[in-house]
Amino acid sequence: MNPGDQKILGSLDEAFDRLGISDGMTISFHHHLRNGDYVLNMVVEALAKRGIKDLIIAASSIFPVHTPLVKHMQSGVVTGIVANYISGPVAEAISRGELKKPAIMQTHGGRARAIESGDLHIDVAFIAAPTADTYGNINGVYGKSACGTLGYAVADAEYADKTVAITDNLVSFPACPIEISQVFVDYVVQVDSVGDPKGIVSGTTKITKDPVALIIAKRAGEVIKASGLVKNGMSFQTGAGGTSLAVAAELKEIMKRDGVVGSFASGGITGYLVEMLEEGLFRTLLDVQCFDLVAIESYRNNARHQFMSASMYGNPHTKGAVVNNLDIMILGATEIDTEYNVNVTTGSDGVIMGGSGGHSDTAAGSKLAIVVTQLLKARLPIIKDKVMTITTPGESVDVLVTERGIAVNPRRVDLIEILSKTKLKLMTIEELKTLAENISGLPKAIKTSEHIVAVVEYRDGSVIDVVRQCL
Amino acid sequence: MLFIPGSNPGMLQDAAILGADSIVLDLEDAVSLTEKDSARILVREAIKTIDYAQVEVVVRVNPLDTEFGVQDVDMIARVQPDTLLIPKANVEEIKRVDLLLDRIEKEEGYAAGRIKIIALIETALGLETVADVIKASPRMVGVLLGGEDLTSDLGIKRTKEGDEIFYARNKVATVCRALKVDAIDTPFTDTNDYEGLIKDTTKAKSLGLTGKSVINPRQIELIHAVFAPTETELKHALRVLAAMEEAEKEGKGVFSLDGKMIDAPVINRAKSIVELGQRLGLMER
Repeated sequence: MNPGDQKILGSLDEAFDRLGISDGMTISFHHHLRNGDYVLNMVVEALAKRGIKDLIIAASSIFPVHTPLVKHMQSGVVTGIVANYISGPVAEAISRGELKKPAIMQTHGGRARAIESGDLHIDVAFIAAPTADTYGNINGVYGKSACGTLGYAVADAEYADKTVAITDNLVSFPACPIEISQVFVDYVVQVDSVGDPKGIVSGTTKITKDPVALIIAKRAGEVIKASGLVKNGMSFQTGAGGTSLAVAAELKEIMKRDGVVGSFASGGITGYLVEMLEEGLFRTLLDVQCFDLVAIESYRNNARHQFMSASMYGNPHTKGAVVNNLDIMILGATEIDTEYNVNVTTGSDGVIMGGSGGHSDTAAGSKLAIVVTQLLKARLPIIKDKVMTITTPGESVDVLVTERGIAVNPRRVDLIEILSKTKLKLMTIEELKTLAENISGLPKAIKTSEHIVAVVEYRDGSVIDVVRQCL
Repeated sequence: MLFIPGSNPGMLQDAAILGADSIVLDLEDAVSLTEKDSARILVREAIKTIDYAQVEVVVRVNPLDTEFGVQDVDMIARVQPDTLLIPKANVEEIKRVDLLLDRIEKEEGYAAGRIKIIALIETALGLETVADVIKASPRMVGVLLGGEDLTSDLGIKRTKEGDEIFYARNKVATVCRALKVDAIDTPFTDTNDYEGLIKDTTKAKSLGLTGKSVINPRQIELIHAVFAPTETELKHALRVLAAMEEAEKEGKGVFSLDGKMIDAPVINRAKSIVELGQRLGLMER
């Protein structure tokens, strides 16, 4: 880019012309607009009209809003998908074998690693920008589609051959703040809207009222307390689900009672963690994506609510990821097996319904990775001999907390020793499995064909499992 | 004492782990008319298959003067719940249930009198004859006061403050104490008002009621906290019992602790405090 050159283009088509997009290219998207994202559909639709084929979509996550991808898969416009999390009709279509190449399922940290190392080469990154200036500086905190931090878009912007900012809030130079800098952005395209605010944030995040989930959260709180990790300088991460938030609520009470101030809470940030920051329970938040309006506002206004990129968050090949400093991590599970391997990729029907996201990154990095789940979900026992799909290896999972008992990974001899001195009733995972099966019976195994529809990549890029098409 | 709708399989499955001392699998008010039969079968199967461990399993059957009541008793008693909760209890109703249970226990070869009864007092007549109701069956282990139906029968307004059931609470507490059965308080129905729940439970405890029924599991912990003995109470009770053992060894009938005379009522209170403390997990057994 030379002095006097302009980055603003009149339309997406003009951008495509300049970029020279051709068959077989890999184009990338971030998922900060979540189920309200318009940009992925907009770009792929326009490329389909131009007759482009064989695209590989490298999106950090794919949601039900991206259903139009299914028809592009069927028509050959899209033949490959690389993502950390896929839910809804696109996931179902992949599971039915409608994507030509197997989908590649990565982790949040693993995706950043793959992009930075060149394993995942991006030809063009299309960055949905809630705010962008005329010279390509981007932030996510202002504009009608504000989503907060843009942590998952950083590696794309920095390492793609070409980067295009697509914005519905074009401001004069320079934007303030600047999250993704002009030095990485080739072009800026203004559109009417990049997303539906209703789908971007959930508005409020609430702690579950389900009594069983609350019991699980209470037990998890007791395990955390007993582990001895609740002390000044501690760090914590949890998801935005109702049970996970309930664990945060339990921890909050323990921290208050013990007068503990933690160093940081990290990950996707919810209003609940913001509340803990503001009450002085953590010194800072490290935020890769904001889950609700409270988090967005806090990130915009509070210097202690800090930004982190996906690479800083979980990339195992940097000079140190945030997950490495994480003490306590609360995780979910669709299935867990007696080796403590966790599946959050495929559902009980064998169909893709999610993916690691930060699951394996945080499990690997944290000192205490606790899986919280009901022992039975919709009549099905959650503990299996072998999970259908390994998302997170059992060696990185420490404790399983259910409403009917707590099991500690036998690899964690130290933890078993500490916890067995407390009042907590520990069981083996096999005992918990039997307990569940006594209630529910043993479900029939799901039959699959030899056809591989997705490859599950661990955070270091190794293949940890594959997903086969169900019969 | 936690009420669980008998028509909800998920809740029946998890009922034992919610922290209640007893669960009431409800076939009456929580089940719509069109689901009475299926709920009865569901509750029967739940009792047969689910391990409710240490939790007392109570089934609230429909009143015997409805078309469902007798069928409920007949089907449920055969899988031996711990207790039946009889709604709109009066002397005749309890006698009928008692006879029915006698017959079923005989037919099934169960120990006679094994299935217990709790009377749900929720009519003016039931309240005024509560002593006779309790005496109507040797199976009787407790009375549950039903505040909503009682006030409706009395034609008065039910309030959060509960002044209108002051007399009923007193009466139930006194008679139950006299006849040595449990006196369980009516539920507090605003499940989001925790402060109100604590006040209401404290009031019931102060009037001599020995337990409380709940309609939402989230209320259990707070109720236990109200009924739980304090650390000082527990320590004192343990000292009383230790002193008693000492006195027994020495063959003393009456003894003193910290200069105060310890007699039977003090010992009995100490025993019940320790038992409650053990049950709530505040101390080792």
